[in-house]
Amino acid sequence: MTAPIIRIDRLDKVFGTLKVLDGLSFDVMPGEKLALIGPSGSGKTTILRILMTLETISGGHIEVCGEQLYHMRRGDRELPADEAHLHHMRSHIGMVFQHFNLFPHKSVLDNITLAPVLTKGEPKAKAEARARELLEMVGLSDKAGAMPSQLSGGQKQRVAIARALALQPRIMLFDEVTSALDPELVEEVLLVMKRLAAETDMTMLLVTHEMGFAHEFADRVLFFDKGRIVEQGPPDQIFRNPTQERTQTFLRKIIAAGHRV
Amino acid sequence: MGDWSGYLALILQGALVTAQLTVMGSALALVAAFAAGLGRIAPLAPVRWLATVYIEFFRGTSIFVQLFWVYFVLPFAGISLSPLMAGVLALGLNVGAYAAEVVRGAILSVPKDQYEATIALNLTKLQRMRHVILPQALPLMLPTFGNNAIELLKATAVVSLISLTDMTFQAQVVRAQTGSTLIPFATILILYFAMAMIITTGVRALERRLTRGLDGVR
Ligand SMILES: Nc1ncnc2c1ncn2[C@@H]1O[C@H](COP(=O)(O)OP(=O)(O)OP(=O)(O)O)[C@@H](O)[C@H]1O
Ligand SMILES: [Mg+2]
Repeated sequence: MTAPIIRIDRLDKVFGTLKVLDGLSFDVMPGEKLALIGPSGSGKTTILRILMTLETISGGHIEVCGEQLYHMRRGDRELPADEAHLHHMRSHIGMVFQHFNLFPHKSVLDNITLAPVLTKGEPKAKAEARARELLEMVGLSDKAGAMPSQLSGGQKQRVAIARALALQPRIMLFDEVTSALDPELVEEVLLVMKRLAAETDMTMLLVTHEMGFAHEFADRVLFFDKGRIVEQGPPDQIFRNPTQERTQTFLRKIIAAGHRV
Repeated sequence: MGDWSGYLALILQGALVTAQLTVMGSALALVAAFAAGLGRIAPLAPVRWLATVYIEFFRGTSIFVQLFWVYFVLPFAGISLSPLMAGVLALGLNVGAYAAEVVRGAILSVPKDQYEATIALNLTKLQRMRHVILPQALPLMLPTFGNNAIELLKATAVVSLISLTDMTFQAQVVRAQTGSTLIPFATILILYFAMAMIITTGVRALERRLTRGLDGVR
């Protein structure tokens, strides 16, 4: 039996007086493709942001690649993680954002090579060669020299995916990566992600409102409500035969809103 | 009426002093602005306090008084400066305090998204600043920096207080010797304006260079 690559154990997250994650526990196996779905405000983004260390936690433990994410062992004492520990842990994880967050002052190629050169000390030439391979994979070979402002939303998002991949993380987080795109640009990004899911053994966590895509992409679907997992299982089970009332209501609403499942 | 070319030479000598003060003062102001501006948002509280005290002190007292202190009072603490150095120090620290707020504001106005992307890409704090935040903040600072430099240029005239023979001082000398007010003061009017234009043009050119490719972003 292989060990989980992510272990979330009784995780709490509070914003002021609002409890966003409430004793949340789940494991993710290496290579697993996970879809996180649920109503707005249920805490999906917060989970990804916590895994990317963009938020702090209020309680509980998270283990990533066999090490505590927010805690470090010093002798027999457990201390909150310091910046050096977080830096070490982040090397396992990459994230793609809803609004791409490309660096506007850098060319497409420089966006992709910046982190490998700076954080891994890769030679520029090697980083560029790899960046060009990644650009080819996302179908943007001809855009290496372009500035982000010259790209469409779908192109920007594909560059952002390539940028995150350049660091070769073992875990990739995708937070509603198509929801800021015009409808006609969604497909090109989903295609890239489908290929990625099929061709790599990376562990992927996907937050999405595209139920059809979640169905196709995921090995397992987690349905969240109010910071807790209401129901989880293989996509066929969650989308075809949800057992929980809240899951059924949620999916009905999504279908009524015109999304295919 | 005397020899006008001799008087003009006198004013030009003064112009050189004014230019020196402006260039060196601006250089110091720039350093002080970044030190204090970054200090204001530093994670360490004592660093923030220090930066705040500096900024509030130099913004809250007049350049006139600051210059007086630097030149006449510091010697009692064993620090004697030449008039030029005293002028540069007072002007640089004074304008630096204003520009520090510009640095801070520009850094804080870079969208949070950008900062989060640098964390997701695992850059160190220094790398985040140097490669992502500052390159985007700099173009926002430049126009105000240009104004600050012009403010500094105009403030240089106070140095006659500590017997520095800047452009305004020399114009007064010429006026005293010739009895003409119009000619020396028209001359320095044009010279001040020309220097301000050089600053404006230089800053614009720099701005154009720094924002290449950024069009359509903001
Ligand atoms: N920085 C913050 N400060 C205060 N409240 C926050 C903050 N970030 C998120 N929240 C709140 O936490 C709750 C969960 O937010 P989260 O973004 O994780 O939801 P979500 O499931 O991703 O929703 P959506 O589908 O709308 O993206 C929401 O009620 C949100 O308002
Ligand atoms: Mg969200």
